[in-house]
Amino acid sequence: MGPLWLTVRLAALTTGILLVIGTPIAWWLATTRSRAKPVIEAITALPLVLPPTVLGFYLLVLLSPNSAIGGAFLSVTGSTLTFSFFGLIIASSLYSVPFMVQPLQAAFEGVGRGPMEAASSLRASPLDAFFTVATPMAVRGYLTAIVLTFAHTIGEFGVVLMVGGNIPGRTKVVSIQIYEYVETINYDAAHTLAGILLVFSFTVLLAVYTFNRRFPLHVG
Amino acid sequence: MTELSVDVRVSYPDFALEVAQGFAGAGITALFGPSGCGKSTLLRVIAGFERRAKGQVAFGAEVWQGGRAFVAPYRRGVGFVFQDARLFPHLTAQGNLDYAHRRAAREPARYSFDDVVDVLDLAPLFTRRTGQLSGGERQRVAIGRTLLARPRLLLMDEPLAALDTKRKAEILPYIARLPQAFGLPIIYVTHALAEVTQICDRIVALDGGRVVATGGVAETLERLDLAGVQGRFEAGAVLTGHVAGQDPQLHLSRVDLGGTVLEVPEIGLSIGDQVRLRVRARDVSLALTRLDGLSIRNQLAARVLTITPEHDTAYAEVLLDLGPQHLRARITRAAVQALGLLEGQEVTALIKSVAFDRQALPRPDRAAAE
Repeated sequence: MGPLWLTVRLAALTTGILLVIGTPIAWWLATTRSRAKPVIEAITALPLVLPPTVLGFYLLVLLSPNSAIGGAFLSVTGSTLTFSFFGLIIASSLYSVPFMVQPLQAAFEGVGRGPMEAASSLRASPLDAFFTVATPMAVRGYLTAIVLTFAHTIGEFGVVLMVGGNIPGRTKVVSIQIYEYVETINYDAAHTLAGILLVFSFTVLLAVYTFNRRFPLHVG
Repeated sequence: MTELSVDVRVSYPDFALEVAQGFAGAGITALFGPSGCGKSTLLRVIAGFERRAKGQVAFGAEVWQGGRAFVAPYRRGVGFVFQDARLFPHLTAQGNLDYAHRRAAREPARYSFDDVVDVLDLAPLFTRRTGQLSGGERQRVAIGRTLLARPRLLLMDEPLAALDTKRKAEILPYIARLPQAFGLPIIYVTHALAEVTQICDRIVALDGGRVVATGGVAETLERLDLAGVQGRFEAGAVLTGHVAGQDPQLHLSRVDLGGTVLEVPEIGLSIGDQVRLRVRARDVSLALTRLDGLSIRNQLAARVLTITPEHDTAYAEVLLDLGPQHLRARITRAAVQALGLLEGQEVTALIKSVAFDRQALPRPDRAAAE
């Protein structure tokens, strides 16, 4: 139960954090005319193409007690960022950024300027219009982004191994547990965990696609 | 009456708009001109949607834009009816109306939610999703939604352009009623002459990003004709009169132009109601005397004011005096020669009854008095 529960907690927290951080980034990318847009787009897409070990390596350096960030964290909290659950959350959040930002950006681009202009002509402030018009119109984008981020975090392996190691109850997530079972030729236990993950992933995706089918948004 | 004054410049790589113009604080002002003349852009500048515009926009003593100042669109109290309605698809028709109503300005509560619903006949549409509304219904909900936010100025950007003729005729009367019913000045963008003559009080005509004429509807259109802005094919004159009689059996109405009477296809108005009719110059023929044995029902005594030959075409434009009003005729230059037409000459103007624009409407001031 340990690794499973840890994994779910990690994925939920990562998704929550990315919802808060990814929404403004996606909105900015969808609406800006700035020349910096391709640069930011490229940065947010990096985790898609970088090998997890590369990202994990840089994070290990960045979060280690010898670095500014890791050192500051150590002196404030008394524990290290690397090989801790908290460090794992930071790593997962960075690693899953494109899975949150890209669906949201596409959804916001689909909403377009039209409805936002209409809302402002009805005396709705930009923030008001964002929550009452853009967000409900982008609801399918949100659903996709949340599911992809959650599922992607559950499935990650490389970054976790680099940054978190393999500490039971703190950083030992399901994917690493399975790896360990296989390494130690404990195929029965590996089968159980892998099966749970497979069924879970399929169920979630099925639920999303069913929802999208039954509640198509009437846009237009 | 608060007046809007605009002195702005917008430049794009392929287009420039430069307008300095005041807009009256009451009635309907048509912002009129061909496609691409900048009329929609000017409307968007007034609403605050074009941040790249330079210059000044002021509503009474309030400066909406000028120097460093820029009042955000949602603080301007400007209602905007878009060509494509832009209803919120995640809400029902009533949800769209409530959205605006909840955000309405509190101050001058000149009208209630129910007033708007009544005038636009919106109650039957309440529970519908926006996707289930017809084009005309969507536009009515959009107009109602805009009114419910209690704007101080209403901007309408070709609200009928996406509709067919029948739906247009359905919605025009609703729009004509708005200034009086809700005490709201309207700037109405269109390139359709029929809409201008039917519901507007004044015209600001744009061409190539500049104002080319402003003033009352009839005289401005006459000046525009002279300038050739509308194209010679559409040139014409606006006649104002009142309904003098109806013939329900033959589906005809008689319109008194102040002495002369015109016979036109039935218009759905009561006797005494004012009407404006637009007569295209190409629908008017001339004769030296009254004629018998003709199918053309309207034979008006007129005097030739000017004859303007177009030397690059076969045609000439003849401006006619009908007493207090003017009429234009477009005939061939050969006909001018054959008839020996001279300025000052008495002639008979012939207009087929079918030549009149179909939907004639009472002028808004008249509708309010009822």
